[in-house]
Amino acid sequence: MADEQKPGSSESPQPGGGETVQSPAIPAAARPAPPKPAAAAPPKPPATMAATPWDGGLPRELRDRFGGDIAETSTYLGQNFVAAKSGAVVPLLEYLKLEADFDYLVDITAVDWPKRAERFDLVYVVYSFLRNERVRIKTCIPDGFRPQTAVGVHLTANWLERETFDMFGITFAGHPDMRRILMPDDWQGYPLRKDYGILQQDGRWVRENLGIESGQ
Amino acid sequence: MPDNTFLDSTELVLNMGPQHPSTHGVLRVILKLDGEKVLGTDCVIGYLHRGVEKIAENRTYAQFNPYVDRMDYVAAVSNGLGYCLAVEKLLNVEAPPRAQAVRVILTELNRIASHLLWLGTHALDIGAITPVFYCLREREEALKILEKYCGARLTTHAFRIGGLQYETYDGFEKECAAFCDWFAPKVDEYEELLSDNRIWVGRLENVGVLNAAECKEFGVTGPVLRASGVKWDLRKAQPYSGYDRYEFDIPTRENGDTYDRYVVRMQEMRQSARIIRQAAAAIPEGPIMAKVPKVIKPPVGEAYVSIEAPKGELGYYVVSDGSTQPYRVRVRPPSYVNLQALDRMVRGGLIADVVAVIGTLDIVLGEVDR
Repeated sequence: MADEQKPGSSESPQPGGGETVQSPAIPAAARPAPPKPAAAAPPKPPATMAATPWDGGLPRELRDRFGGDIAETSTYLGQNFVAAKSGAVVPLLEYLKLEADFDYLVDITAVDWPKRAERFDLVYVVYSFLRNERVRIKTCIPDGFRPQTAVGVHLTANWLERETFDMFGITFAGHPDMRRILMPDDWQGYPLRKDYGILQQDGRWVRENLGIESGQ
Repeated sequence: MPDNTFLDSTELVLNMGPQHPSTHGVLRVILKLDGEKVLGTDCVIGYLHRGVEKIAENRTYAQFNPYVDRMDYVAAVSNGLGYCLAVEKLLNVEAPPRAQAVRVILTELNRIASHLLWLGTHALDIGAITPVFYCLREREEALKILEKYCGARLTTHAFRIGGLQYETYDGFEKECAAFCDWFAPKVDEYEELLSDNRIWVGRLENVGVLNAAECKEFGVTGPVLRASGVKWDLRKAQPYSGYDRYEFDIPTRENGDTYDRYVVRMQEMRQSARIIRQAAAAIPEGPIMAKVPKVIKPPVGEAYVSIEAPKGELGYYVVSDGSTQPYRVRVRPPSYVNLQALDRMVRGGLIADVVAVIGTLDIVLGEVDR
């Protein structure tokens, strides 16, 4: 029972992680000029992610090619990542695949920061067999924004984007088969959003399909 | 989906699963058929979805550790290793050499156990009844060592963030080495049963072909990728947990059919035994736990760490907001991604091949659905 309580209690005092998230993002969004560098910035001002600039040929190449669409090319714990504008992600994936041999899309996922203006971090991981290098591409999108699908570049994206849709409610524009994949098709709610409680369920679905009041 | 069927035969939609002996768990495949020919498939998954990633956000880093064992439950040790490495990366600590060596031994033992279960059930699907008994017999010996070490056969929770909780028991090294000596001839035995068996070869050769380009396109990793001729194994490409200290080969084949995947996995078992033998012969002395605080609170940041699980690249993307609980844990499951290639592999083939292809993909539904 104590264990059951824990999740609830841990969710309510979100201010620790949540409120601090708000402070950098909102003033930045209010400012007209540069919304993207702030959006790509780490979530917590007191202790930010200590990323350092990523040196090398590839980041320079990407900056030359994509210019302002790339907000940041950094390294954290030896892992390289690119923060890009949401519209530039698919061209970036395509460029990386065709020009830089990043021919293996490892993963697509999202992170929910509910108190931020641009609510979701959309994260792509690509790998190059030739270079033996991995790069993460991150972009920030607001709730309701429909990012372009990457299925045209990597077939793997099909199920990965379906799962992201299923869990976060991010709809990918141009996806050939945008259905839920792990949850039932008519389930209400997106489980991995932060405002979806750990004990929450779609009561109507459970009643109609399982014939019980609660699955807990 | 192509609509051109033979003559005026109509397209038949056949439901396979979710309860079907050859779907290895609760996988439902909707097959569109023209006679015996498969025109297309649609996988329905999620029956075992338990919300592992959601649970992670509501547990502390250490509390979540046992949960990962329940994903790929036939290779729980690999799951745990990946998770521990990811959190260690965020904490910027490394397990001490002794812990690394023991981790390698247990992980490879579990890889053998996982491959043995695959071989037994795959052969059973194809119609060879005998191998499964041998495979489970040998697997039991590997699991016994795991059990003796940490008390559990399957959901082992063998590793802790920062290293190990338990010292090895007396005679651990000897038992591991003895297992390898005893096990090596067993692989020959399986091969004797299967490799030249006419039915086995007939059912597997040129079935479910996936070439290297298709593998990359679908993000398929592990033995499936290696059977297509790509010499890629994370243990070599980006060594972790001291794998660079051991000598082993990456077995590959050229055709990318079901038979080649069988050969690759058989050779991998031999290589695993080879690694165990080397590691057990030279487990360094020293501590088994790195300096990790009692309450694990990684600094704000994120990391993606992946390992070569028996099924392919198993990745963990962990985001920390500086609190005691992970802000987000994303599991990149090899089974889930590999399963996506099923449609490409069976399309145009016969319905009986679907069974062979599901077997050869070596999926575990607990990991597909998480």
